[in-house]
Amino acid sequence: MKNFLFVMRDPPYQGSSIRESLDMMMTVAAFDQSVKVLFLDDGVFLLKPGQCPHNSSLRPTAPLFAALEMYDVEGLWAEQESLTERGLDSSELIVPVRSLRRTEIAFFLATADIVVSC
Amino acid sequence: MKFAIQINSAPWESQGGDTAYQFSRAALKLGHEIVRIFFYYEGAYHGLRWMAPPDDEKPLLQRWSALAAEQGVDLVICISAAHRRGLLEQTEATRMGKLDNDLAAGFRIAGLGLWVDACLKADRFLVFGA
Repeated sequence: MKNFLFVMRDPPYQGSSIRESLDMMMTVAAFDQSVKVLFLDDGVFLLKPGQCPHNSSLRPTAPLFAALEMYDVEGLWAEQESLTERGLDSSELIVPVRSLRRTEIAFFLATADIVVSC
Repeated sequence: MKFAIQINSAPWESQGGDTAYQFSRAALKLGHEIVRIFFYYEGAYHGLRWMAPPDDEKPLLQRWSALAAEQGVDLVICISAAHRRGLLEQTEATRMGKLDNDLAAGFRIAGLGLWVDACLKADRFLVFGA
């Protein structure tokens, strides 16, 4: 078994890439591999509560993250500084996440066998 | 060493695909193995057979097809990424009642399972154009 770490750095509603990233996570989980997700930079906006998208061509992404729990995704992490800089509180997100400090990110990435930036 | 490669950017969008191509050629030359090159997101466009760039630009498509023909490298485009963008292989297009035959020589269309398979078989996994 390998440890997969997906790094999400882009905000929601930027094309369909979020949906495609989630497809990768779910496929990896279906192969009984370890899946972790790290939210960095504008990627933390994916976790913002109260999203109310009105663009009819892009579907809301928040429910997709809520569904990740069903797919044995091992855990979600967010960088504390990314949250703070954007006025987000780690205790008030759409799904529970653990927070990491910026100085811990390099070590965290090094613990994964496969890092997928998406 | 065995490498699995993923390309996420469209051919004209960034340097990513070109760098991945150069890397693959160099790795093979040094005796390494390329388990698979997987095209995802906008990277799916690398396999569009109807690309017709001006003559003074790099023949990106022909280079990929040549890599597959000469070295037997497995070039796989994700099926859901391809379908979402209207890139259909002939059999699948017929099933959908369409006339498309969009896949260039040397490429095949398959599911994300092959991407995971490549990751598990490889010693190193590299993402280009992320």
